[in-house]
Amino acid sequence: MERLSFDYPASGEKPKRAHVGVVGSGDLEILLEPSADERTHVAIQTSVTGFADTWKAVLDRFFEGYEEAANFDIRDCGATPGTVMMRLQQAIEVSRS
Amino acid sequence: MTTAAQLPEEVLALSARYSYIEMNARTRAGQLLDPGTFCELLGPFDRIESPWLPMQDIVPQSDDGCIVAKGTIDGKPAVAIALEGKFQGGSIGEVSGMKMATALALARQGCERGIPTRAVLSLESGGVRLQEANIGELVIAEICAELIALRQHVPVVVVVAGMTGCFGGMSLAAGLASYVVMTRQARLSMNGPEVIEQEAGIEELDARDRPLIWSICGGAQRHATGIADVLVEDDAAEIAQAVRALFKRGEPTHLRSAAHELYIERLAQLDPVQPWSAEQIREMWKDQTP
Amino acid sequence: MSRGRTWFEALAGGNSAQPNGPASLLLAEATLGGEKVSYLALAPDPQARFPRARGGEVGVEESWYGARAIQQIIEAGRNGAKRPILTIVDATSQAYGLREELVGIHLAAAALIAAYAEARMAGHPVIALIVGRAVSASFLVLCGQANRVLAFDDPQVLVHAMYKDATARITRRTVEELDALGESIVPMAYDIQSFNKLGGLHRLLHVAAPDAPNSEAVEQVKSALIDAIADARRGPHDLSSRLASQGAQQYRKASLAVRAKMAEQWAAL
Repeated sequence: MERLSFDYPASGEKPKRAHVGVVGSGDLEILLEPSADERTHVAIQTSVTGFADTWKAVLDRFFEGYEEAANFDIRDCGATPGTVMMRLQQAIEVSRS
Repeated sequence: MTTAAQLPEEVLALSARYSYIEMNARTRAGQLLDPGTFCELLGPFDRIESPWLPMQDIVPQSDDGCIVAKGTIDGKPAVAIALEGKFQGGSIGEVSGMKMATALALARQGCERGIPTRAVLSLESGGVRLQEANIGELVIAEICAELIALRQHVPVVVVVAGMTGCFGGMSLAAGLASYVVMTRQARLSMNGPEVIEQEAGIEELDARDRPLIWSICGGAQRHATGIADVLVEDDAAEIAQAVRALFKRGEPTHLRSAAHELYIERLAQLDPVQPWSAEQIREMWKDQTP
Repeated sequence: MSRGRTWFEALAGGNSAQPNGPASLLLAEATLGGEKVSYLALAPDPQARFPRARGGEVGVEESWYGARAIQQIIEAGRNGAKRPILTIVDATSQAYGLREELVGIHLAAAALIAAYAEARMAGHPVIALIVGRAVSASFLVLCGQANRVLAFDDPQVLVHAMYKDATARITRRTVEELDALGESIVPMAYDIQSFNKLGGLHRLLHVAAPDAPNSEAVEQVKSALIDAIADARRGPHDLSSRLASQGAQQYRKASLAVRAKMAEQWAAL
């Protein structure tokens, strides 16, 4: 298991809580909550080590288009970048619904 | 994260809206309760999760793979408990098991205070979580104790839908239930096929022989031999309806786990040195209801 | 002779098997501390009808006949004294076999579990004394529902979810890695002292000769059983003593947190 964390600037709007996914093979769980400050914080626990660069690339791209000040608590069980993007998008949709 | 371009089954399954099997545990629990009454206890944001998995470099899940929700079934107070087969094989760890035991205890306390509270369990589990071994054993004993205490007040219904199946300690919970609902895809048995092959040899059971395994412990066989009460299609609405109908039926005339006379008689009729087939057991037991 | 049979005979004095029941299921009435008690144990039987249950496993016959015997004790005590039920535990595991699964060994085991639990709830002191192995379902079935569990403090005594070689295989670890994990992760350890830390036991007993009991050892164990019976009668007819133990305060913090927080949320709805 590897723990990673990333940090992004945010506009200050606070999202509603959302929970999606499972920690099952090829999938991931995301807990989205408003953050305490004006930034977005991403904390990752992943079963697969050595993919920090891939995570950074995926998250950098995703958070270019996301401005809310949120904490993303991600628990990954070997999901592909596509699945990670899909779950992030789903978390935001649930948060806004 | 990996770089292999392959979608997990669950993601592909999102489009199949009415399959119960393809639902995650939280959605299943919601299906079993009356619409709009689902109220989760110790949900993901409470973050009461396994203290033992991270110590072993294993990623924990925020709900430890056990969903507990209060609500109603046919307007009557109820609790739905669902295990997530995709997380650690639905295994019973300290937190997931204790959530189940506590939910059953709270339902029983409700009954004792004059608020009969129905309990339905959706079980997908390989049994005890080996990474939490002996606490898992203690917690499964507590689940059994609470289930036995609760079924003295209200029926306890177990649903086994698949695809994980219901094994080990959770097969005991199914054995203790007032009623068992299964799909054809589901399996209910104490020892998983791999364990039997490992312990008893491939001549006892070839764990890769899927038709053989389902013929022994699949839903159709369990229903035909009176070990499950209702056989349903993999349809969320049909499963919820079957559960409602069982609660409407009320207490079973005879608890299956109290049928020692019947089973002692049945065992006496069989010669354990001969090979048996699933069809033979069906034929012998078809007219006897436990 | 297995430890289970040795201690069953030393404590109970004899064996009165169930009519037509399996010879692997030992049952006896005896007097202990001035009252009538029932003893139960499993022991290997090379002639057992079910080939996969010849080594002292919890099999389908052992479970159903055991359940019937306990239900009869409950019935006999319905309007009178609640006789203690003492199980001498030394059982390898459950029986692993195709025939067992076909006839529903999970249901047979559940029946015996229910019998023990119903006896306990009816006020019978249900005591388990682990003299050897209580692994996987043999722990759940024979010890799980006991108000009080005693165990010999001895290297041959084993309580676990699964034997070490199988655990190693399934969790993809070596036996050495498992031993190392057991040092820091108490629920994974294989020694009985570690199990005791979790609050699963009422008492550990240091017995001088666990394989060949002399009269002194038998008296020592009888006296511990009498104490456990009295202690069970003083407490509630449930399993609460386990979570109330000192060990649970230290090693089952998550269990206690689940119980407290869920009760709070339940009450608020």
